[in-house]
Amino acid sequence: MTATFQSWGLTYDWAWFIATIIGILVIALPLMLAVAMIIYADRKIWAAMALRRGPNVVGPFGLLQSFADGLKVFLQETIIPSAANKGIFLIAPIITFTVALMAWAVIPFGPAAVLANINVGLLYILAISSLGVYGVVMSGWASNSKYPFFSAMRAAAQMISYEVSIGFILICVVLWAGTFNMNGIVLAQKGHIFGIINGFVFNPLLFPLWVMFLISSLAETARAPFDLTEAESELVAGYQTEYSSMSFALFWLGEYANVILMCTLNAVLFFGGWLPPLDIPILYDFLFTAGITAFFWLFVKIAFFFFVFSWVKATVPRYRYDQLMRLGWKVFLPLSLFFVVLISGYLMATGHFGGQIA
Amino acid sequence: MIQTIAFYLFAVIVVASAVMVISARNPVHSVLWLILAFFNAAGLMVLVGAEFIAMLLVIVYVGAVAVLFLFVVMMLDIDFAELRSGFVKNFPFGMLIALVLAVELIFGIGAWQIGGIQLGLAQGAGHMADAHSNIASLGAVLYGQYLFLFEAAGLILLVAMVGAIVLTHRERRAVRGQQNISKQVARRPDEATVMKSPESGKGIEL
Amino acid sequence: MTVAQLVKSFTLWEFLKAHALTLKYFFKPKATINYPFEKNPLSPRFRGEHALRRYPNGEERCIACKLCEAICPAQAITIEAEPREDGSRRTTRYDIDMTKCIYCGFCQEACPVDAIVEGPNFEYATETHEELLYDKAKLLANGDKWERAIAANLEADAPYR
Repeated sequence: MTATFQSWGLTYDWAWFIATIIGILVIALPLMLAVAMIIYADRKIWAAMALRRGPNVVGPFGLLQSFADGLKVFLQETIIPSAANKGIFLIAPIITFTVALMAWAVIPFGPAAVLANINVGLLYILAISSLGVYGVVMSGWASNSKYPFFSAMRAAAQMISYEVSIGFILICVVLWAGTFNMNGIVLAQKGHIFGIINGFVFNPLLFPLWVMFLISSLAETARAPFDLTEAESELVAGYQTEYSSMSFALFWLGEYANVILMCTLNAVLFFGGWLPPLDIPILYDFLFTAGITAFFWLFVKIAFFFFVFSWVKATVPRYRYDQLMRLGWKVFLPLSLFFVVLISGYLMATGHFGGQIA
Repeated sequence: MIQTIAFYLFAVIVVASAVMVISARNPVHSVLWLILAFFNAAGLMVLVGAEFIAMLLVIVYVGAVAVLFLFVVMMLDIDFAELRSGFVKNFPFGMLIALVLAVELIFGIGAWQIGGIQLGLAQGAGHMADAHSNIASLGAVLYGQYLFLFEAAGLILLVAMVGAIVLTHRERRAVRGQQNISKQVARRPDEATVMKSPESGKGIEL
Repeated sequence: MTVAQLVKSFTLWEFLKAHALTLKYFFKPKATINYPFEKNPLSPRFRGEHALRRYPNGEERCIACKLCEAICPAQAITIEAEPREDGSRRTTRYDIDMTKCIYCGFCQEACPVDAIVEGPNFEYATETHEELLYDKAKLLANGDKWERAIAANLEADAPYR
């Protein structure tokens, strides 16, 4: 896109600047729409599994429910507790929201559709997702209230614990793909199994890692069954207790943007991202253009993973905190470490570094 | 131009937030400013082309170390008067450290400018000398040239970790809350319960 | 721990079973009704919003005997009475404080002429307290509005009392 603007007579700097701004908007605005829709989908799926109906009044099938909620929240008053640390109290939800959007810069939506095609894409995502905890910790501390503070403590410990095992899992994927670049990882999965099936998940060595990654991503986004930071039976509403109006909504939006991000990561790292499930030429280009087809496949995978996230939420009861820590440190960490050794050993033994298995 | 703007943006924020780290009254604010400084320093590293180091800085320092700082500092019961009382007493010592650091910096930059050491080029263009990416060159250096030193450093860290755990870990048996989850999960009804049909008036022996 | 248990715990068997169950319920018909558009059937004895009934010729039934006022355990009913121009005894005031009422149905049990009844309507939420302080006009209007349903309910319940 930069080249197009340059051909209109702009200098490279300005062309790059405008192209990047447009790229950000093209990602962020549909993402916000997706968040609204995904909150609705979450409520619907959850309701259906509990034999309820879910939102069905606002708009056709209740589709506009999230927008109605947004409007309501927008019109509310922002309450700042008098004992709160005002600056941090107001910055915290903004950080949560911004960080949730930042990670999307390196997600490949198609063969060429990625905002920042950087070499260290996966590390960037790891870095950004480790920033996410600050919104929670700051809001919990700045609220100057007991339960939000407990929640902040929990969130900090939980995210650090699961980031360790997520790191090891990602290392295994990187070892196999031979690159940190997100598009490179997607392309490394092309014809991964017998040259026909796309996706690392069908590799028997990587499948257990995907299961661990799925569970860790639930923990990383603090979703059920690991939503201990907002366990209403123990902590009222956790770090959001003192928040109202738009600052509350920003937490909400950021949380769901993170959930979609984790779904996307599952799709990109293990299910071949924008590749179709099978490496057949017709599947790459059956909707208008190759780019749209690629996005279609990614979208289908994200939707599937979001369904899984909701499904888990509707099924599994909440973990106790010590169980959560045990799972992270005593089960996932040794297992993922073992798989790092196993996979690097296998790759060294077979000389398949960065290649595919037949 | 964008690079220039970005450089000055990052640099100004790094310096400003570093000043705020030491001048903020509240320790939690200090840590938050420190995090901002780390983050913008990472931005500067991206600008000079060291994106791997930048990401590591964010992951390790911002994502883990600073969270632990924050964790500890948030739980402190802070007495501001007591904190400030040590200022005058420790001022000369602090100045001494600052002086030493400043001298070291001047020496280092001076030596680098003269070009007496072979670490990089004074023009700052050393990083892209070979066509490899950051990660590949770092990997080649760490796992090739300096493999032994790298592994030794890893071993030392491992020993330190084991030592820390050994020193702080206390076995606490017979305390409530110590549960063996796999044992609990493995327990089956037929191991834990028995069916008896006692005659009336007799009762059962357990 | 037996081998079977080990295999089960490593394949997350219990989790998979639980998810299969929820997925089964996902496709089942909903248990809840679509409330404002669908409603559950009500018993003829249902005690909802109050109404004062009239005779078919338009004459109001209430004879101001004040039995309902006397029996009301929440003392929600206030009645004042004096003879009408034609000499018949009628209420000049018949107020029910719906926010005091406990919907016990004693008033309709006490009424000798089936004048005060609790109808089948339960959707009369208001935005202010004052709107729930019903006066005679409101109660009579209720009676006119719900007469058909009330009469049917009374007839359906008649064999049992």
